[in-house]
Amino acid sequence: MTLFEDPAYASRMLTLLTLSFHIIYATIGVGVPLMIMIAQWIGIKNNDNHYLLMARRWAKGFVVTVAVGVVTGTIIGLQLSLLWPSFMELAGNIIAMPLFMEVFAFFFEAIFLGIYLYTWDRFDNPKKHLLLLIPVAAGGGMSAYFITVVNSFMNSPAGFDIIGGDLVNANPVLAMFTVSMPTKVAHVLSTAYMTIAFMFAAIAAFRLLQKKNQEYHKKSLHMAMKIGLIFAIATALIGDLSGKYLAEYQPEKLAAAEWHFETSTEAPLVMWGVLDENNEANYALHIPYALSILAHGFPSSEVTGLEEFPAEEQPPLVIHYFFDTMVTIGMFMIALSLLYWFGMRRKWAFVEKTWYRWLIVAGGPLSFLAIEAGWWMAEVGRQPWILRGLMTIEEAATTSDYVGWMFVLFAILYLILGVGTVVVLTYMFRKNPVEKDLERMQGGDES
Amino acid sequence: MILEIIGISVLWLFLFGYIIVGSIDYGAGFFNAYSIVTGKQHILSKIIQRYLSPVWEVTNVFFVFFFVGIVGFFPQSAYYFGTILLIPGSLALILLAIRGSYYAFESYGKQGHKGYAIMYGLSGLLIPASLSIVLTISEGGFVFMEDGNPVLDYSALFFSPLTWSIVVLSIVAVLYISAVFLTWYANETGDMDATNLMRKYALGWSIPLIIAASGIIVELYFHNEAHFANLLSLWWMFAVSFVLWILTVILIWKRRNYGIAFWLLTGQFAFAFFGYGIAHYPYLLYPHISIHEGFTNPAMAISLIVVFILGMALLVPSLYLLLKLFLFDKNYIKGKK
Ligand code: HDD
Ligand code: HEM
Ligand code: HEM
Repeated sequence: MTLFEDPAYASRMLTLLTLSFHIIYATIGVGVPLMIMIAQWIGIKNNDNHYLLMARRWAKGFVVTVAVGVVTGTIIGLQLSLLWPSFMELAGNIIAMPLFMEVFAFFFEAIFLGIYLYTWDRFDNPKKHLLLLIPVAAGGGMSAYFITVVNSFMNSPAGFDIIGGDLVNANPVLAMFTVSMPTKVAHVLSTAYMTIAFMFAAIAAFRLLQKKNQEYHKKSLHMAMKIGLIFAIATALIGDLSGKYLAEYQPEKLAAAEWHFETSTEAPLVMWGVLDENNEANYALHIPYALSILAHGFPSSEVTGLEEFPAEEQPPLVIHYFFDTMVTIGMFMIALSLLYWFGMRRKWAFVEKTWYRWLIVAGGPLSFLAIEAGWWMAEVGRQPWILRGLMTIEEAATTSDYVGWMFVLFAILYLILGVGTVVVLTYMFRKNPVEKDLERMQGGDES
Repeated sequence: MILEIIGISVLWLFLFGYIIVGSIDYGAGFFNAYSIVTGKQHILSKIIQRYLSPVWEVTNVFFVFFFVGIVGFFPQSAYYFGTILLIPGSLALILLAIRGSYYAFESYGKQGHKGYAIMYGLSGLLIPASLSIVLTISEGGFVFMEDGNPVLDYSALFFSPLTWSIVVLSIVAVLYISAVFLTWYANETGDMDATNLMRKYALGWSIPLIIAASGIIVELYFHNEAHFANLLSLWWMFAVSFVLWILTVILIWKRRNYGIAFWLLTGQFAFAFFGYGIAHYPYLLYPHISIHEGFTNPAMAISLIVVFILGMALLVPSLYLLLKLFLFDKNYIKGKK
């Protein structure tokens, strides 16, 4: 098997595995503090125990996911040097600054999270306790920002010159502000907030289906769906800008994602489908002019086709499906939350129906799937480059043996961590149902 | 010239920080597991929950800081160490993962799973052991070049007495540092049972510590003469370290000023650790990477140092707040809050 024979291939697979696992916890780490903050704020402002309890219960679950997030993050951080030593040597010379800053962001977040979690009842003024969350939420956002800056650099390297094979004139600040940075960072942040909102909506909807504590979960559902709607719309708008970035600076990625082989104007957007041997998409949905609009904003614009790139520099065509998964889910979530919002205002009956609640339940996992698909599309679409145009993954990968075995080891580890998270969270919340927590809070015995 | 000295000093300082806070954490886990096995549990479990749970993430960041920092300041080391450390590094990561998840799964979920507590305790000894391998490798002699790529000679590493004496020292140091700290902490909480138990451990591990440490110096004489000669020229640092060790042991023996004893211990390790580090200069990996050739470009170095200063300005006050609320807050440590 190639996994055990080709270190470069095994390194790719291990990176894919670790990052796909870490991103789940990372997204939670970015999104949850914001949601807790909003809930606690509403709770304090309206003096409503339900929202305060939401904040408390979310924070309790958050502890578990943070711990696993830290573990997997530490793994990926060190693994980058273990699997891609040549790349990290180069990266150390030019893009180490955001990585270094990220550590400070973690530090900051970790300290205040520790304080926040263990001081629920130590402040006389609850607003002071809420203030502690600001550095936590900011720290999470900053982590996402800095790491995405590094990823942007890999897609659009800048801030140095290569003269005679040597890296000269390094400018670490310019390397942080590359052309892909604004859209990437904005998209990553808005998708994290959107996903977490829909995750909480899914939990609330699920509890409502079980007929658990109606009032509490209805409030939670309503709040989460509204926040989700806002960020879902933002996500689509920024996603559109990401497409325009790709068309301008990484046209091969967009062309591969769209199965757009020949350069043409008035290009249609191809959704789903299967390729036949002539590279024609069968069973696909063709949306006229949409690709031209996504790429440049006008139906008549010209979109570069994949044919213009040498075969060895063409990204794998499978990213088409990743892209479609992401966009389809994005559109679905906007429609779902928009209908919910209208439905609640207009008192349409269907939004409280069982089938609709099941759709909301599905929205949580689907949003996570969209995040995974988005990253697969972005990272696999960078193939064969690790640093676009400068270094291929073959050049970057470790020459060490046994990477395949490490893949097996880590796969087992993530399985245990993943199952463990679910088991512990279920156990924790089953032991402390909402009713019990509410009674305790109303009884004034807060511990 | 001056930039790389600043760079390596910052990194060495953080590694030292990790060794102290990490040792407390790792040793505590081991003592906890040990007390469960010998049926003395609940003497220590409470202390571990109250002290370690709020700060373990901070401990971990010290480690992350070190390996991210070294890639930034000395990118060449990422290439050499990254290539050769795939297996030991991966194993250390898996051990770290087992430990980290303990805080998630044990403290917040089901309480008191025995097997898990034991795994947690053991991983606490294996992590320092596996990380200390890096120090051994950096002494040179275990890495050779093949087709222009560095390769680690596993059997030479495994059969070298130097490897094992460093492993032993790392484990003993973890137990000693942690025992001294926990003696102090338990005393602050007013828990006399725990204090006495930890005091006994602290005294018990003090002699093996000094034997193990001297053993390394002897081993180095055989393994890396240049480093040994440098160590000798810095003899006074090790002498100071030794005196501090004696003072620590005396205070603990007399049951007096456990707090001061812990700070003396920190001083003892600081002198030894920095003496060792200075003697290692200028090599990161004998004889392949020195801090001069492996250094990053000046623009990056200056940026990193600026970021570091700004970062510290943010962190020091926050760390102070954390310590004030948990470590030194009388009500919190006594378990009232
Ligand atoms: C909840 C998740 C989610 C949703 C609903 C969407 N995206 Fe997305 N997308 C991501 C999650 C994501 C991501 C995981 O955050 C990515 C991966 C890399 C990145 O920068 O962001 C991403 C990347 C990404 C890229 C590639 C950027 C690059 O490689 O540089 C494009 C062109 C889009 N997105 C476009 C869209 C469009 C037009 C959407 C329409 C609704 C959309 N995304 C919804
Ligand atoms: C190559 C990619 C990545 C690397 C090297 C990386 C590295 C790390 C490291 C080392 C940690 C642990 C820090 C600690 O000890 O506290 C961590 C945790 C974290 N990472 Fe990642 N990370 C990556 C991708 C991401 C992404 C894409 C995001 C956000 C979108 C992210 C957000 C976070 C957050 C918020 C945490 C804190 C833990 C939590 O709150 O769950 N990371 N990461
Ligand atoms: C420090 C920043 C990052 C570095 C150094 C890095 C490095 C790499 C490398 C070397 C690969 C394998 C080569 C390839 O397939 O192109 C890869 C793939 C991948 N990365 Fe990134 N990455 C970074 C950021 C991220 C982030 C933030 C994510 C999101 C979670 C991510 C997700 C992925 C995924 C899903 C793959 C699999 C693609 C494949 O195997 O083809 N990466 N990354």
